[in-house]
Amino acid sequence: MARRETTGLVTAGAAGGQGGLGRRWTRFRQSRSALAFLLCLPLVLLIAGLVVYPFFYAIYLAMLNRAETAFVGLDNFAFLFGRSTFWMVVRQSILFTLTAVFFKALIGFVCAHLIHNLPPRGQRVWRGLSLVPWVIPPALSTLGWWWLFDPTYSAINWLLTSFGAAAVPWLSDVFWARFSVILVNIWYGAPFFLIMYLAALKSIPEELYDAAKVDGASAWQRLVYITLPMMRNIIAITMLFSTIVTFANFDIVRVLTQGGPRNTTHLFATYAFKLGIQSGDIPLGAAVSLFMFPILALFAMFILRDVRERTRRL
Amino acid sequence: MAPAAASGDRAVPFWSDVFGRRRWALYASYFFLFLFIVFFLFPPYYMLITSFKTNAEISSLAGNPWVIQGDVTLEHYRNLLLETSFPVYFRNTVVVTVLVVTISMVISILAAYSLARMRFWGSATLATGIFLTYLVPETLLFIPMFKIVGGLGLLNSYWSLVLVYPTLVVPFCTWILIGYFSSIPRELDEAALIDGCNHFQMLTKIFIPVAKPGIIAAVIFAFTVSWAQFIYPLAFLYSEDQLVLTVGTVTTLIRGDVFAWGGLMAGALMAAAPPVILYAFLMDYYIAGLTAGATKT
Repeated sequence: MARRETTGLVTAGAAGGQGGLGRRWTRFRQSRSALAFLLCLPLVLLIAGLVVYPFFYAIYLAMLNRAETAFVGLDNFAFLFGRSTFWMVVRQSILFTLTAVFFKALIGFVCAHLIHNLPPRGQRVWRGLSLVPWVIPPALSTLGWWWLFDPTYSAINWLLTSFGAAAVPWLSDVFWARFSVILVNIWYGAPFFLIMYLAALKSIPEELYDAAKVDGASAWQRLVYITLPMMRNIIAITMLFSTIVTFANFDIVRVLTQGGPRNTTHLFATYAFKLGIQSGDIPLGAAVSLFMFPILALFAMFILRDVRERTRRL
Repeated sequence: MAPAAASGDRAVPFWSDVFGRRRWALYASYFFLFLFIVFFLFPPYYMLITSFKTNAEISSLAGNPWVIQGDVTLEHYRNLLLETSFPVYFRNTVVVTVLVVTISMVISILAAYSLARMRFWGSATLATGIFLTYLVPETLLFIPMFKIVGGLGLLNSYWSLVLVYPTLVVPFCTWILIGYFSSIPRELDEAALIDGCNHFQMLTKIFIPVAKPGIIAAVIFAFTVSWAQFIYPLAFLYSEDQLVLTVGTVTTLIRGDVFAWGGLMAGALMAAAPPVILYAFLMDYYIAGLTAGATKT
């Protein structure tokens, strides 16, 4: 009797000395369900309290007035729709994401191939060096870029002028400011693609290439008919992941331009921060960041489908 | 032209010879890879040399900025450690990171063990939910979090970070640990059961040791995220005694219009050093964790 009153955690062990394995196995199984849930409880509480609840709270907040005293329905969203700055943020976020993800994928793909071409012994060092931008916290490495883009002391401009080119107004001109934030994002994110694509390349069986060579396939044909189809899944999922992270970027723009000049480099996150935290209009800020949700949800759905497919195939 | 000679009597250009072409491709790979590495490494390099330059050299417009022409000085580092709040930021960051890593690993290991080995009502949905939570970026929820943290009276306290960082860390860690735990053969469980193990012993004596690479990868991930987080501390903290490295460096080392560039670069580098050092020593685990998110299921 005493044993029956012990918790599931102890039962299986306490039953140790007596009874056959069969009985112990049944009791072990019975103790499982409740225990399993108990073990997941901290995680469930964490997600419920600090992810799901804040999400609905954000929706509620976004429907209050600035002083958070009255319920105004969708007025905040309507207000944003009427602001040209908001539409500029939408356009800039999309431009930023598309351009940055494309070039990160391209550079990652090319670098992965270059490293894969090297003799195996040397690959480690090159791979190690190329991941450095990804390892440095972006808020800190962007400080270095900021110094490189300094209007007076820009070391990049020093190089340009010594080659006879004109100095570039990196962060004060609209085009160049947008170019700069995208460039820094590419610099930071390309190594992630490189590592993913390199792992994918390594998983392609060498025999496929040998067979193709015997059949007289050119390097280009091998790339198009073997490498790309074999890497398709990884390419897709890496781009989906990166799209979410890039779209939600904050650190780089915040440190490099603070959204300037004249709000032209703001992304959803930095704009929401400016309105919500700096200007103290919490509901409006919450409304801005909620605009990210539909796009994020769409991409999350694609990723989930891919992951599910692979889980099923296993 | 050794490759041309090797191709001998066949009248083809040297680069289409199989061996010559391979060598040519190798040289080209080295060359282009070198260019990319220069692109990847020049910003940290420039930060490093700036941090060793004297203020006089930094503010002079004459000469090549890419090399140190005058004296090499450690003044900026000394200044930072002795005359600013930088050591306080460092301490705060270490406290937050250690606590977040510990809390997150406990939560993740328990949940992953349960989800990898036991089925209960809703466990499949929960696993999917965990993966979806991992896809929620911190920039989506920082405003309600700001209100929640304020409501708990934790605004301007680094304990607020200990509370919210696990939401960024736990989903991913649980997800990759489920993968590692599921790959442990069930025969090991049964053997342990025959020897009279309970769940707790099974976890500590079998799962954790066998899945050690996965656990190290998860710890590295937790460490990196907590160390590098920027938007939450920027929104929550403002007094110098509570700031963490990322925000402290960005907000307090930039003073008005007079940029102390040497000190700023030294601060950024010292703040970035722990993750970089960790990466240098545990590169394989780091990469395993990075690729596990998308390639393991």
